[in-house]
Amino acid sequence: MHIHFTDPYRSGASLIHRLDPRTKMLCTLAFILATSLMPAGEWLHYALLLCVPLFVSGLAGLGLRYVLKRSFVALPFALAAITLPFTVPGPTLVTLPIFGGIALSAEGTVRFLSVVLKSWISVQMAILLVATTSFPDLLWALRALRVPRVLVSIVGLMYRYIFVLADEAMRLTRARAARSGERAGSQSGGSIIWRGKVAGGMVGNLALRSFERSERIYDAMVARGYAGESRHFAPPRLSPNDVTALASLFAFLVLMLATGLLLGR
Amino acid sequence: MLYTPTFSPPLLHIPEGFLHPVVSITGWVIAVACIGLALIKTRGQLGDKQIPLMGVLAAFIFAAQALNFPVAGGTSGHLLGATLAAIIIGPWATVLIMASVIGLQAVLFQDGGLLPLGFNIVNMGILGAFTGHLTYQLIRRVMGQGRASLVVAGGVGAWISVMLGAIATAVQLAVSGTSALNLALPAMAGVHALIGIGEALITVGALVFIRTTRPDLIQNAQAAPGTRSAGWVGIGLAITLALTLISPLANPNPDGLERVAEDQGFLNAAQGPSYTILPDYTVPFIQDSNLTTIVAVAFGTLVVFGIAYAIGRISRRGMTA
Repeated sequence: MHIHFTDPYRSGASLIHRLDPRTKMLCTLAFILATSLMPAGEWLHYALLLCVPLFVSGLAGLGLRYVLKRSFVALPFALAAITLPFTVPGPTLVTLPIFGGIALSAEGTVRFLSVVLKSWISVQMAILLVATTSFPDLLWALRALRVPRVLVSIVGLMYRYIFVLADEAMRLTRARAARSGERAGSQSGGSIIWRGKVAGGMVGNLALRSFERSERIYDAMVARGYAGESRHFAPPRLSPNDVTALASLFAFLVLMLATGLLLGR
Repeated sequence: MLYTPTFSPPLLHIPEGFLHPVVSITGWVIAVACIGLALIKTRGQLGDKQIPLMGVLAAFIFAAQALNFPVAGGTSGHLLGATLAAIIIGPWATVLIMASVIGLQAVLFQDGGLLPLGFNIVNMGILGAFTGHLTYQLIRRVMGQGRASLVVAGGVGAWISVMLGAIATAVQLAVSGTSALNLALPAMAGVHALIGIGEALITVGALVFIRTTRPDLIQNAQAAPGTRSAGWVGIGLAITLALTLISPLANPNPDGLERVAEDQGFLNAAQGPSYTILPDYTVPFIQDSNLTTIVAVAFGTLVVFGIAYAIGRISRRGMTA
């Protein structure tokens, strides 16, 4: 059985797909950092920044819907910033006709909208990175960018066994469902504490199975010549396309930041 | 059946853009330092088995976060897993496991941003591993080796680790100017007091199951810090609590540093060239006396935990040598 595990990678042969994984990772990080450094209320700059993920997804041939559909993942978190219009001091924008009139400050509202917009733009770029780069390539890029070898190997092994252990978790869930009778209209399933205990037992069971599986995996690795080190290819030189992509994106971001931070106020 | 990989409490995964860049970088520095130490520590303990064991257990935590149980009103109780992992295999290995899980969730599913990833790892992984583990050890020392002590120690440890994660998140959002502390802190703490109960129930259930089937795993983890470190943690917690009670009294001027800055006239000067790098919305950090208190307490707690842990390790080494 295979779980419905949604790997976000979409294979393709576009210009973006063929860029070096290191280039894509550096560009994504730089874009996100620059977006987060942009001051609040710079609407024109936000619009220009938004053009980058739109342009890249056009080049990658993913279609607008793919990225947009996934870009709202962080929206529920906007709840955390929703207090800003009420708490930031400043001139009143509107007074809400609830609880005898609550004032929304202009500055707080601008700041709230800026946080949500910047977050939404940044997320699109992160989605594009994983949609156009396969997971092994991402790991390779991490290694090439000097992330410790052991950590990269752990994450790589984890990714491989998520599918196995999530299947195991599904089996446990199905076994519980098969043994949980329910009669329409009557209370079923025991108290919350009892339910929690059952779920806990399942987690404990999964933990033991994982331990045992890791022993087997280690034995298998040793049998194939593993001696505590995993091996990676040496990174090749960047192609002209990569250099162009890096240079143009960095130039764009520097321009954005310079105009946004210095001329903006 | 559909498997959605994002079952852990959504409010603890801070997305892109919600933390100030300076705060984000601070989080990364803390996370990188802890991960580096954890790599060295686990390498010493596990040797060649480090990669397969850590990798599979990270996949376990990822899968275990999908095992949930229904609570009232369509909500469900589920697991973050840092405390459970720390009790079974120790806090340092847990740092690596949780960092891998949270990192993968951020990169592949945008469940939490890349810049806030440092603090996401600290809040859900590192804080959870150490506070959960230390609380567990402390209660086990006091209550003995029985089943009741396992239930209480695991449950309280799990609950505290979730609460601390939530409080830390609220403080980071407030320092970043994204959220008002006087609203966000009670909201986060309140919601996670309940979420923490789910975490505690599952952790206890798992520990009781493992104690029945593989008691050696629970016994082995007891080899971590000794009696003395538990005592130090107790003293540390008492000092922290006392400081918390005293600190509002010790600050006669409610406006704090903000007022001082205004009196001295360097508030206007400070708004010159530097405000582009540190925009003025970091000022709430200074303005809000409640926040200053809580930040101080939070950092104080961390420092005390760190010192207690270090003393415990050193004294244990001294005893075995």
